[in-house]
Amino acid sequence: MALDEIKIGGLGASRRRVEDNRFIRGKGNYIDDIVLPGMLHMEILRSPLAHARIRFIDVSAAWAIPGVRMVLTGDMLAARNLAWMPTLSYDTQAVLATDKVRFQGQEVACVVADDPYIAKDGCEAIVVDYEPLPPIVNPTQATAPDAPLIRDDKTGQDSNVVFDWEVGDREGTDRAFAQADVTSTIEMHYPRSHPSPIEACGSIADFNRATSKLTVYMTTQAPHIIRAAVALVAELPEHMIRIVSPDLGGGFGNKVPVYPGYVVSILASILLECPVKWIEDKSGNLISTGFGRDIYLKGEMALRNDGRILGVRMHTDSDHGAFFSDAQPSKFKIGLMHSAFSCYDIPAAHLTAQGVYTNKAPGGVAYRCSFRVTEAMYFQERMVQAAASDLGMDQAEFRRVNLVRDDDFPHRTPWGFLTDSGQYAKCLDLGLEAIGYEDFLRQKAQARQRGRLLGIGISTMTEPLGAGNSREYDILGIKMFDSAELKVHMTGKALLRTGAKTQGQGHETTWAQIVAHELGIPAEDVLVEEGDTDTAPFGMGTYASRSTPVAGAAVSMVSRKIRAKARKIAAHLLEVSEEDIDWELGRFSVRGAPDRGVTIQECAIAAYSNLPDGMEPGLENNAYYDPPNLTWPFACYIATVEVDPETGVWDVLRVVAVDDCGVRINPMIVEGQIMGGLTEAYAMANMQFITFDEDGNCIGSNYMDYLLPTAWETPGFELHEVVTPCPHHPIGAKGIGECATVGGPAAFVNAVIDAIGDTGVRNIDMPLLPDRVHEAITQGHDVSGAPPVKTE
Amino acid sequence: MYPSRFRYEAPSTVAEAVAMLAAADGEAKILAGGQSLIPMMKLRFAAPEMIVDINGIGGLDYHRADPDGTYRIGALCRHADLEKSAALADAQPTIAAAAPVVADPLVRTRGTLVGSVCHADPQGDWASVMVSLEGAIVAQGPKGRRSIQVADLIDGPFQTVLAPDEIATEAVVPAPRGARAGGYLKLERRVGDFATVGVAVSVEISGGSVARAGIGLTGVGPATINASDAAAALAGTVLDASAVDAAAQLAAEAAQPRSDHRGSADYKRHVVATFVRRIGAQIQRSEQEAA
Ligand SMILES: Cc1cc2nc3c(=O)[nH]c(=O)nc-3n(C[C@H](O)[C@H](O)[C@H](O)COP(=O)(O)OP(=O)(O)OC[C@H]3O[C@@H](n4cnc5c(N)ncnc54)[C@H](O)[C@@H]3O)c2cc1C
Repeated sequence: MALDEIKIGGLGASRRRVEDNRFIRGKGNYIDDIVLPGMLHMEILRSPLAHARIRFIDVSAAWAIPGVRMVLTGDMLAARNLAWMPTLSYDTQAVLATDKVRFQGQEVACVVADDPYIAKDGCEAIVVDYEPLPPIVNPTQATAPDAPLIRDDKTGQDSNVVFDWEVGDREGTDRAFAQADVTSTIEMHYPRSHPSPIEACGSIADFNRATSKLTVYMTTQAPHIIRAAVALVAELPEHMIRIVSPDLGGGFGNKVPVYPGYVVSILASILLECPVKWIEDKSGNLISTGFGRDIYLKGEMALRNDGRILGVRMHTDSDHGAFFSDAQPSKFKIGLMHSAFSCYDIPAAHLTAQGVYTNKAPGGVAYRCSFRVTEAMYFQERMVQAAASDLGMDQAEFRRVNLVRDDDFPHRTPWGFLTDSGQYAKCLDLGLEAIGYEDFLRQKAQARQRGRLLGIGISTMTEPLGAGNSREYDILGIKMFDSAELKVHMTGKALLRTGAKTQGQGHETTWAQIVAHELGIPAEDVLVEEGDTDTAPFGMGTYASRSTPVAGAAVSMVSRKIRAKARKIAAHLLEVSEEDIDWELGRFSVRGAPDRGVTIQECAIAAYSNLPDGMEPGLENNAYYDPPNLTWPFACYIATVEVDPETGVWDVLRVVAVDDCGVRINPMIVEGQIMGGLTEAYAMANMQFITFDEDGNCIGSNYMDYLLPTAWETPGFELHEVVTPCPHHPIGAKGIGECATVGGPAAFVNAVIDAIGDTGVRNIDMPLLPDRVHEAITQGHDVSGAPPVKTE
Repeated sequence: MYPSRFRYEAPSTVAEAVAMLAAADGEAKILAGGQSLIPMMKLRFAAPEMIVDINGIGGLDYHRADPDGTYRIGALCRHADLEKSAALADAQPTIAAAAPVVADPLVRTRGTLVGSVCHADPQGDWASVMVSLEGAIVAQGPKGRRSIQVADLIDGPFQTVLAPDEIATEAVVPAPRGARAGGYLKLERRVGDFATVGVAVSVEISGGSVARAGIGLTGVGPATINASDAAAALAGTVLDASAVDAAAQLAAEAAQPRSDHRGSADYKRHVVATFVRRIGAQIQRSEQEAA
């Protein structure tokens, strides 16, 4: 009698998240919960100016404060060759400023003291004499002929350009445009945003002189990469470094890079020979750590009168801040921007991209996305809406005409990715039916006659998730595979460790479900651990929706290895040959005599007590998984809105989401991920952005200016699903953690533009603040929100 | 987010508190709900040497009407108390309209109206509401008590005429001349957001026409704005559309907004006018329903 897979918490079980037991009881173990004996506290002094030469730093008053143990400046670090560190994108970043400060909030000095209050007092006592320099806050300023050089520290860097990059078929695309009936063009800015995890960054470095071992508790999404980075930067032997990433209060890409605070706390611990704790405050996090987006687009589409897209041109200007420390695969300078238009059947496309330095915080991270795909899909879906309206075509119909058809897979995308599965038209139709598309269009027309502005926005997209096939994806040369290690104990309970690192995604729940699916061991009997480099197998960590596609696949593969060994043990126990053994969930039996069988648990105990001759004891194994391709989930998001023509305030009426992420391991967790993503999409469309004034002051350095939506204003979401299994993933799953953040924003913006469309307005930049919408309605022109903001 | 070192005192009477303030020689701050003071201390924008926590003083958490209709709100009456009060909803429609849109539910359970007025944040909602009602603050100092009109209390951004050794013990709204009507509209992007624009309109209607009117503006100037010319345009009228329109125009002119990341100055002026019109229309509608 086979086990009921749902009952044992296997594939498809909406099992409650096991980690929540400790989180909702306040028993989580976050970085700031960790207290070590003799621990000191570190605070960072940050630059108040965006661009200035440092004339001198006087730290004497700070040293004089009782309880201050150490004051560190850039000069001290320079003496140890630590003033600069390498970034994840082959650039360098100042740890503590020596020559100049290059953005507001940059780390200038650190104070280590007996408690954080004294450390803060110490920072206040430091005197820094700055000579202000003109700040640059956008790419136009950065590339102006007389622009001051931001990175005068780099030999050979004679402009503010970081890179020029291109991909695609320039000539083919030119030919497509030459044949076009209509060319549709649009320009827009995806504003700077910040992942702002509820827990900011922090570390506790603990160097033990007696053992020469360095243990660092650290808020990191990628502990093994950090271990390698510390080994390289601090020139310490890698086996003497242990990185522990405890419970994380969110990451969203913000906790991938290496930050100066980590590095200085490590140095301070080595110098002082005691643990040093650094806990970043919220403003420090918003003002200095990895941001998302900040890209300008010039987009063009070559169209035929019948609605077919013949070609696409994109040019992006990206603002990377003072140091190029994007977290992305090395080959792709502007992330996976060229995954745009992957869901449409387009013959030719060409992308050019220029990146620039500005006097803003560095760290273009994949904020809940797979390396710039959020911008790619936003640009795509905004361009699609503009194109449909230029052709005078219904926006749903325009998509239907161009979407890749189900029988076209595998499909080569315009920039060379290979998509492998999906039912795009079905998802679109389901979404249109759920929202009542035709009805809404009628309502909209009627409302219009009474002066009310209703609008509907659609966003359809497939995105590449789960980097990811080691031929193409590496970070600093390290291939992007992942790993799992499974130890089945004598009593059939198990310990699973992976190279991923959960930050709220629910790995402790989901991974156990994969083991349950593969081995029939109840999920509750599987303990999942991640984040400790001394125990976890090597992996690249969690971001870019790669955990389920890569580490999750490794969990399947290691479980299968265990099952293969258990099968041999079963044959031995049942006294038949291995070929005569059948497997059903949780149990091996003799072919033709199903009553004669042994459970996986019986095999487990036999692995320690009754083995066939010559077999290695134990039931443990590991697996490294290098995916053959990315996974390609598809989504259709539709939003309806009403715009108040008098104030420009817009309200969401309904949101329909159709997601096809392949096989759903834990449907409840999947839905949670979609709702979270839609909330962030709504936030970006409506309120969430970081901007700068002409002096380079960061506007958005606290939660009064950087607005995150709460449950009060977040609209309700109506979720639907289509399941097209991933053909190459062991259990058919695709990434889902980021689809809604990626595809969602365009649905809201398209809806607002649809509502005011007949004013001739093609674009309003996010966030769609009421005054921008009002300006667009009353002036009938596009409204761009590029910094510097207008101030008086 | 670590404040500078400070001393903490928790007096149990107003007199004791006043004495402590006087002894501190200008270096002390009163702590009421703490929803503005504590964030400022954590950011080290404020670093008082001493905190005088008045939360232990009994009998200051009231809000009530005197027999003549004068309304009194004690220094420890929280925003949430006002939000939840049915009696207040009838007696003080402008206050009732503002209470649910001040800050967020968490802040409202701690923050006080009196503290908000004393804080004199140009984006604080309560000061404009009180200005529209011709409200006053009763201040207690070593030399006794005095009453200060809220319109006169605030003399700049985060500045009041209160002496460092004075405590505001209550806010007072004078008895109405006729039936009270009014409203508060606030443009915010999410709960807990400070006003991009806030408009308080309060009127007292007697014999079908406006006996008294007041208009206060939030977030559109260096301090709370008393749009007295706009209010004057309503006095004596029957709140007809043209009177409301005139008031709306004058209110927009009284506003002194700055362009910033929340919106352009022109836009904010436009919203001031729109909100005056909307509140005017609301009052009209409810008057008609009542009649
Ligand atoms: C997240 C957040 C959002 C907010 N949003 C809004 C908003 O949308 N609109 C809004 O209006 N406010 C908002 N506030 C502020 C909130 O309403 C405060 O509670 C209020 O402004 C101050 O009241 P309090 O009792 O907390 O005063 P406290 O913070 O205790 O004190 C504020 C100042 O007033 C002085 N003070 C307090 N009481 C007295 C007294 N009795 N006599 C003399 N001086 C006194 C203090 O010394 C201090 O200088 C927000 C606050 C937060 C934290």
